[in-house]
Amino acid sequence: MKYLEEFQDPALARRLLDQIHATVTRPWALMEVCGGQTHSIIRHGIDQLLPDEVELIHGPGCPVCVTPLEVIDKALEIASRPGVVFCSFGDMLRVPGTGRDLFQVRSEGGDVRVVYSPLDALRIAQENPRSEVVFFGIGFETTAPPNAMTVHQAKRLGVRNFSLLVSHVRVPPAIEAIMGSPDCRVDAFLAAGHVCSVMGTDEYPELADRFRVPIVVTGFEPLDILEGVRRSVAQLERGEHTVENAYARAVRPEGNPAAKAMLADIFEVTDRAWRGIGVIPGSGWRLAARYREFDAEHRFSVEGIDTKEPAECRSGEVLQGLLKPHQCEAFGTLCTPRTPLGATMVSSEGACAAYYLYRRLGGTQAPAPVEASPVG
Amino acid sequence: MADITAPAQVSVPAPAAPDFSGWTCPAPLRDLPRIVMGHGGGGALSAELVEHVFAPAFAGPALSGLGDSAHLELGGARMAFSTDSFVVRPLFFPGGSIGDLAVNGTVNDIAMSGARAAYLSCGFILEEGVSVEVVARVAEAMGAAARTAGVEIATGDTKVVESGHGDGIYVNTAGIGLIPDGVDIRPQRAVPGDVVIVSGPIGQHGVAILSVREGLEFGVEIQSDCAALGGLVQTMLDVTRDVHVLRDPTRGGLAASLNEIAAAAGVGVVLQENRVPVPPEVANACAILGLDPMYVANEGKLVAFVPRGEAEAVLAAMRAHPLGAGAAVIGECVEDHPGMVVARTALGGTRVVDLPLGEQLPRIC
Repeated sequence: MKYLEEFQDPALARRLLDQIHATVTRPWALMEVCGGQTHSIIRHGIDQLLPDEVELIHGPGCPVCVTPLEVIDKALEIASRPGVVFCSFGDMLRVPGTGRDLFQVRSEGGDVRVVYSPLDALRIAQENPRSEVVFFGIGFETTAPPNAMTVHQAKRLGVRNFSLLVSHVRVPPAIEAIMGSPDCRVDAFLAAGHVCSVMGTDEYPELADRFRVPIVVTGFEPLDILEGVRRSVAQLERGEHTVENAYARAVRPEGNPAAKAMLADIFEVTDRAWRGIGVIPGSGWRLAARYREFDAEHRFSVEGIDTKEPAECRSGEVLQGLLKPHQCEAFGTLCTPRTPLGATMVSSEGACAAYYLYRRLGGTQAPAPVEASPVG
Repeated sequence: MADITAPAQVSVPAPAAPDFSGWTCPAPLRDLPRIVMGHGGGGALSAELVEHVFAPAFAGPALSGLGDSAHLELGGARMAFSTDSFVVRPLFFPGGSIGDLAVNGTVNDIAMSGARAAYLSCGFILEEGVSVEVVARVAEAMGAAARTAGVEIATGDTKVVESGHGDGIYVNTAGIGLIPDGVDIRPQRAVPGDVVIVSGPIGQHGVAILSVREGLEFGVEIQSDCAALGGLVQTMLDVTRDVHVLRDPTRGGLAASLNEIAAAAGVGVVLQENRVPVPPEVANACAILGLDPMYVANEGKLVAFVPRGEAEAVLAAMRAHPLGAGAAVIGECVEDHPGMVVARTALGGTRVVDLPLGEQLPRIC
């Protein structure tokens, strides 16, 4: 594919790595915001190739991981109801709520379907006028526009049996929260390229200034990530803290005005709980009041669900960069993708799952053969 | 639509420091009281079901191998015996049909023991209302596939279930074939030093099915690689009877097959990732969907572990066969990290290629 293999070229990667090695003089901690970047870093082994001085901290940018338990439980409750067709992106199906996941709801008779676009869910609603069709609208600024578009279309077409269970989150408030944390040790951010392709870069200069932190808009292929690291390290070594766009083939400063206008029409900014972190002010979107009829929480009145999270895992420290996934005592023993203790072990974008899949070899403990045996 | 370019802001108080220490964890879902789709995915959940439910109930010496086919002795002859059920949707897809799969799948399971399938049985479960013409097309495809594979369908059975209780047609086949003298092919025989060969480009079947099932279009039509591998295996055995392991990487893909072999033999496997042949159209489709080609199903490929000294000759013989033209050495068997499969990435890093849990799920973004 054009723009895919070109950005995985080993010779060019080596050149970027050489430049990073030549530039760095002291330790720096860089946070890649997006789970897709974490996945790419671990999948290609990029962090193993960087100088020891450059540490990558995996940020809370995995939409599956940060969707609050309360919302998962609402999804499970709605999906269990007769007459409901519950549509979701695939990787939400295995995220544990209180005691079960959407796969189990499906095995108990719930009509849970994996779709590739929210518009597919709208089509299902049109084809099944006697069913209530709900789409699980989660994710960052990347997945929000198509979900907004779907609500827009539902209203335009008068599809009354469609609704959206919304738990959208926004990146800039999360960066603000991380930098405001007393234990923060992030020196620079690799901002999520796809988020910026929608929202542009306007939200970042103020953050870079206030926290004196370089923010480099970064893509997802190995060369993109290395270029983001190279520019971040160069800024840090020079003592600068500006916003740079290292993903210019996809990101314009103004973003995508049509998508932003759609977001502004359909959604309104709200405080949002992030799974385990708690509420980050202004960090989410909900449906605007005038679209309330399409809000699944309103339609199904799923209030007062009793959520329960046992306090055993340390994913908060992982997301803050205070702990690497394999340094957690539960990692690979109590906590595996088969038996996740935390959502970070569920999605392939989650830091713990990424470590489990690709990095157990380099972990501190010798791999237990039983883990790789068919016994699981 | 409102003419604003940024979302309306509600009043935002100064950000409180988030309570990262409060990151708590959801309850682990250790006990699945019901069957979920992942139990049929060929990964860890499938293995658990076999290990904890079926194997204890059936316990017998013949079952102990738990390979693609059982190795049996009957009347002095060594036989490979295997069965497989086919529930693919849609019934017809680019490059094949459920009929082709039903024959080739079982033929291949037997071929992975080095045996040539001689006879197949065939059980149909038909859904009330399915057109006879469709059943006939499937049957014709099975007949044609059997003739190509040189196997005879010798016995069968038909059942009909009520409308809504099936997906049109389910097919089960079982097959039996003689294992040639001097041939002992099973996962436990992988030893450090073995060379790992794959017979051609991976991922085509799974992506072909996905493209028609989900109505996804990738610019070019991707054909399933569905084929019977008995002839290719015969070609390899003509070079040496000392092939250690053969496996057809169907559900769970190459990653699942290699993990099963590594675990069964207690060896490590090291792959050179950029040597694993992935067709560009498969790579593109997987990139769009967030899938990994290593975990995508094949229906006409095999992975072989052969002694280093024989590898070159085996590879040459495979490449001379139409179904092995794209064969490539992708890695080797090592003493380190027993039970684990490790890939060296093109960039020079390494990663563990794990056993898939259940169904591979498209990522959200």
